[in-house]
This record gives sequence, C-alpha cells and structure tokens, in this order.
Amino acid sequence: MNDTLRLLGNGQTVALADLTPLPHDHFLETISNHTAHGWRVSSYCGVPDGEATVLYCLLASPMDGLLGVMRTVCSGNSFPSLAAHCPQLQLFEREIAEQCGIVFEGHPWFKPVRFVRSCCPGRDAWGRPADQPLQVGVMDYYRVEGEEVHEVAVGPVHAGVIEPGHFRFQCYGEQVFHLEISLGYQHRGIEQLLRGGPFPRTLRQVEALAGDTSIGHGQAYCMVLEALSRTRPPAAAEALRGIALELERLANHTGDMGAIAGDVGYLPTASFCGRIRGDFLNMSALLCGSRFGRGLLTPGGVLFDLDQRLRDDLYQRLEIGRRELTSAIELLWGTPSVMSRLEGTGPVAPDAARELGLVGPAARACGLKRDVRSDYPFGIYRMAQVPIVTAFHGDVCSRTLVRWQEAQKSLDFCQEQVSHLPSGRYVAEMKPLQGGQLAVALTEGWRGEICHLAMTDEQGRFGYYKVTDPSFHNWSGLALALRGEQISDFPLCNKSFNLSYCGFDL
Amino acid sequence: MVSSVIHVVLLLVMPPLLLGVINKTKAAFAGRKGAPILQPYYDLARLLQKGSVFSTTTTWVFRAGPVVTLAATLLAALMVPLGNHPALISFPGDMLLFAYLFGLARFFTTSAALDTGSSFEGMGAAREVTYACLVEPTLFFVLITLARMSKSLSLGTMFTYPSLQVWLTSGAVMLLLSNALFIALLAENCRIPFDDPNTHLELTMIHEVMVLDHSGPAFGMILYGAALKLFVLGALFTNLILPFKTGNPLPDWGIFIVAMLYLAVLIGVVESVMARLRLVRIPQLLVAATILSAFAMLLIVR
Repeated sequence: MNDTLRLLGNGQTVALADLTPLPHDHFLETISNHTAHGWRVSSYCGVPDGEATVLYCLLASPMDGLLGVMRTVCSGNSFPSLAAHCPQLQLFEREIAEQCGIVFEGHPWFKPVRFVRSCCPGRDAWGRPADQPLQVGVMDYYRVEGEEVHEVAVGPVHAGVIEPGHFRFQCYGEQVFHLEISLGYQHRGIEQLLRGGPFPRTLRQVEALAGDTSIGHGQAYCMVLEALSRTRPPAAAEALRGIALELERLANHTGDMGAIAGDVGYLPTASFCGRIRGDFLNMSALLCGSRFGRGLLTPGGVLFDLDQRLRDDLYQRLEIGRRELTSAIELLWGTPSVMSRLEGTGPVAPDAARELGLVGPAARACGLKRDVRSDYPFGIYRMAQVPIVTAFHGDVCSRTLVRWQEAQKSLDFCQEQVSHLPSGRYVAEMKPLQGGQLAVALTEGWRGEICHLAMTDEQGRFGYYKVTDPSFHNWSGLALALRGEQISDFPLCNKSFNLSYCGFDL
Repeated sequence: MVSSVIHVVLLLVMPPLLLGVINKTKAAFAGRKGAPILQPYYDLARLLQKGSVFSTTTTWVFRAGPVVTLAATLLAALMVPLGNHPALISFPGDMLLFAYLFGLARFFTTSAALDTGSSFEGMGAAREVTYACLVEPTLFFVLITLARMSKSLSLGTMFTYPSLQVWLTSGAVMLLLSNALFIALLAENCRIPFDDPNTHLELTMIHEVMVLDHSGPAFGMILYGAALKLFVLGALFTNLILPFKTGNPLPDWGIFIVAMLYLAVLIGVVESVMARLRLVRIPQLLVAATILSAFAMLLIVR
C-alpha cells in the first residue's frame, strides 16, 4: 500500500490522526509524481493552525476509483510552488496564498484570486497594506507591448443579464494573443459561513453556492454528512437524488445548447431550447416543488417521495421532452451555416486539457474520459451506470455535441429510474457526526466534478470546509481556448464553457 | 400631386414597418408570438421623449454623428424611385451622389464611434469600414451595369428601366445583379448572416457596437436612419426584381407596398434559417457578391 497517500473512496472518511504530516519535499514529490502518472488534483487547501498552516492535498486516481489524501505543515510564510511543472495547481496555490498569506516561491502567475484578506491577520502574500481596502479586479494584468497591439477590457458590468467578471484581451486586430480573467466580484465567504456547522441553514447555503447546481452541491454536502455520521441513505432516496441530478443536467445542457444557437444567431433552436429548459425545470418542481431542486435533499435521504401518479406524469413529460429536444437540436446539426460557425472555434488541445486539469463536458469534449459518475461512483451510480460521452476536437462544436449526447443519456437514465423506482423508506435517521475526521465527497454536477472536503473538530463540528466547483478548474481552459482565436468568437466560446462566477468566487 | 404626397409619406412613415415585419417573421419561425408589428414605432416614440446623456470625453463629432447620418440618408432617399414612380430629385450622375451620401453617413457614424474612445466602438468602426470597402464595389458594379443597360446616369431612369422585356432578353444579367444587390442589402443593413441586430454581445457586433453610447432622441435618429436605409436599398432591390407595372399610379403604389412587405418577410426568413457567419468569413461572401456583379457587367459590355 501507498505509504504517503491515505487512500479512500468517494464519500468516505479518514481519521485526521492517521494523516501523518509529511516532510515538504516528500509532499511535493508525491504531487508531482502522481500528476505525472495521470492523477488529478481534486482539491488543495490550507488550514491555518496557530502560526503554522496545514496543507491538505486530495489527489484522484485515473483508474481504480480511489482518492488519496495527504498533508504537510508549513510553518513559515513561504512554500515552494509546483505550478510551473503542474499547471493544474496554479489556481489552488494562489487561493492558499490569498487565504493563508503564504508566498508560493517560483509561482509563474502569482496574483490574487478573489481579492480578500487572509484569515491570518497581518499576513499577506503580496504585502498589501492592511489599512487600505482591497478593490476587486485591481491588479497588474499581463500586457503585450507593441504599436499595433491593443487591449480590450470587458466587464465586470456586462450587456446581458449575466454574472460579473472582468476579461482583459490583448489583441492584434481581431486576433486574441492572450486573455486574462479576473473574478472575485461575487465572493460571499461561503466556506467561512460553513465553519462551526452544520447549522440548519447550512444546506440552504450550499444549495445556493452556485444557483444552477443546487442538486450537485447539495448532494455533495449530504454525502459529507452521511460519511461523517456513517449513515446510508435508503435506495429510493439514492434513485431520486440521481433523477434530480440528471434533471438538473438536462435543464442546464438544454439551456446551454439554446444559448449557443442564440449566440451564432440561429433563432429556432435558441427559442425552442429556452422553452424546453423550462419544461425540465418544471420536472424538478414535480419532484420537490422547486424548479431548481431546492429543498429536495436532506442529509440521510430526500424529503419528498414520488407516488405512482407523479411517476407516470414524470415519465410522460420526459418522453415529450426527449421528442421536442431531439427535433430542436437536430436543426443545429442539419444547418451548414451553424456547423461552419461551431466547428474549429475555440479548440483546446487534449494535452492542454490534461495539464490544466479540466473537468466535466469541457474535458470530455477534448477526448478525456473524466466523469465522477463512472470514475468514483456515488449514490445510485454505483448500481446504474451512465455511459461517458466524449468527443475529439475540443472545439465549440465538440462541447455542444457532448452536451447533446449527455442529455440523451440522462433522459435514458431518468426514464429507467422512474420506471423502476425502489420502494421503501426515502430518508434514514441521521446519527451524530464523528469528530476528528476528514470526509471527501465528489459528485458530477452538470459542469463537472464538484468536490467537498470537510474536517470535523473533536465535537463533530466542521473545523474546516472546502468547496471546489468545476468552474475553479475550467476557467483557465476558457482563457486557453481563446489563444489565437478571433475576439468576436469570445462570447460563443464563453457560452460553450458556461462556467459559474459565484461557484468560483464562493 | 397625390402621387407625390404618397411618395413622401411612404418614404417617411414606412421604414420602421419593415423592421416590425422582419421581427414578426423571425418570431413566427422561432415559434414565438413576437412583438407587435408596430413596435419599432413605439420604440422611436419612447426614445424621442427621453433625455440624452453625453459622455464628457466626447466632442461635437459625437453629437453630429446621428444628425449628419440621418440627413445624408434622407437626401439619398429622395433620389430613389419607388416602384414605377420617379424619384423626387433626379439629375444625370446622381448615382454618384447617392453612393457617397451613404459614404458620408458612414464616415460620421464611425467618427462618432471613435470619438467616444471606447475600445468596443473602435473595434466596431474598424469592422464597419473594412466591410464597407468590400460592399462598395458591388454597389458600383450594379449601378454601372444598370447605367449601361438603361443608357442613363440617373437613378430615376436606371431603376425604372427593368421591365418584363428586359428580364426576358437579358435575364442572366438581371439575376446576377439582383443576387449581388440582395447580398449588399443584407451587408449594408447589418442583417444576418453579416451582423446580428438582436445580439447583446458587444464583442461580436459590427453596427450596433458603434452606437452603444448614443441615447435618447439621438439614438432614435440612428434607429430611424437605419430603417430608412433598409427601405431605400430595399426599394432599389424591388425595382430591380419587379418588372410588373400597370402605368396607373394607385395600383402601382399597391404593388410597391406589397413587394416591400414581401422583401421584409424574405429578410426575416433568411435570418431565421441561417446562423451568422464567422467574422473572418464575411469578406469572402462580400467578394463573391462583387464577382457576381462584375460578371453581370461583363455580360453587358462584351
């Protein structure tokens, strides 16, 4: 057995006492060796402990469904950076630097992430004066110099009803040399709010963490609590959670495909998908009364059963949804002007996607077989598999195609589950949370891997809670997709990723 | 006299209706009910009642932009025959003035955009003039070919010249011309596949991005001017493809109005069944239009 990494499965715990702090070089060597062998960094975080900071790293194995966790203690104000060799770490290291005030030596892109003060007073990785307020987005951006190079700044206020984010393009005419993305406008301090919990309001906060991924984040949170209390949700609850997760995926994928069609100016699909998305949201409302699935989940199961009449209704609605979505999306593939617009736009090379640690449809569109539902199965997916869909080119067309095929697989899955819903209880009694544990839960939200990592203190309260939204991995993928592309293609590329700002900003 | 009154009234009142019809057609294709056909009029009325906001970084150029653009477009509109009815102003060589009045309008629109100092508007202005360079040859080849066929240098004669007889004897030329002119019409009026008048994405816009900073009555003038331009170029196009004339003024007006409405529907259909082109592909289509019109001229002068 691996002597440095503590191995565990998805939705399991390890005792914090069993995690021996590793020497720095051993810790870094393990990250670098494992990522070189295809492991991914799912989460990397710093927990302040007096003057020192304990760094935790969660690595995900590419094949046997195992996760590995390890820790090291950083007692000073600086720590060696691995980002130059392992780009998927770069944002994690910046986040730790910002939260704990540790300088990562040799980081090639050392800038603030969310423009917040560190939780250790007086420690700031950039040495910014403590008496001046931090302004989001105010920092040194990369600049390309030259007579004919111009800079275009977009946001944080946009023309559409979308979230705030700042984008800096270095352009040569219409061609983009470099895009830098600066976020943090939506930072609400969710992770701090969760500490000391779980409170009765905690689940509501997690559901609103990224408003369009209520089930994805909510289920990860429930899995954390169930792991910490050794509770097993009943089979009926697992099936209903799976249906809700897939309905969320269907609604969002449908909305995205419609928005992609709208961005290229192709009206029929844009309008139809807008309506069909509403139909899928209404199916979520059928489950629990909320179109976004709020209030369906509870630690230990779900709060609502699905009786026979509702099951038949849901099955019928899924059938109608499938028919209408098929005819709306087939229009896209059958229109040459749409295809010429999507194909070859904003490609991400598979190697780049692997190095950046992309997740979700954006990674699968590059041909990477990454899907928590089959890689680290959880809940219902341990029993009922959903086939992974991949595409090859990594361009906007591939990302659209992956969404469409995933939507079809989700429809199959939902219909199968609705027609064979297990009977019996749908919520299990929760037991008290165990203290001194580290719990890990991964779910596959519609954007990709959602990782929740929680540590409990001796009383079984959250001492630390870390959320990693798929957007955290994928924003750098968007920046890379734009290299050498036309600036007029940015909205389309952006829509094909459709990343969350608030999920990133937390 | 009655005919002249109808002429002026149609010229001033009808343009926004075309936009309403286009939007209704697009809504029908998308399975929506869509805004009322008269919505563009309501929008104009609303904008005219608003106040204006001017950025402190702008100069008189920014304020002059919409006024000069609308004035130039109106003047150009007076030189265009509507259906079988002669133009209000006509003199030999007016086709040159017509073409360059649009040039003047564009010059002021782009100057006003550059005057704001916004990176978006600068980008839009650069795109606009790039594509205008490519549309202009098409327009001139069309005009020259018609001038040669009709042996006249006045728009009034050139665009009342096409008749059933002309279509029967030189159909190939007329077909090439009408196709080239339709592409030029879509490009000049920023319709799909060249530009998307409905998009809210500044980075993809061409025309809309140049007028982002205008507000209130000035923006109303821009919208009205754009509708008028669509009407003027649309009138040229319908004159070209519609050889039916009764010689009786009132039925001819009816034919013209119906033809213009059909043209609006046609534009709506084109916008519904295809996506926008990538920006880098636009020059290719424009050059294709130029080649079509150049071939038409070759057929005439050979």
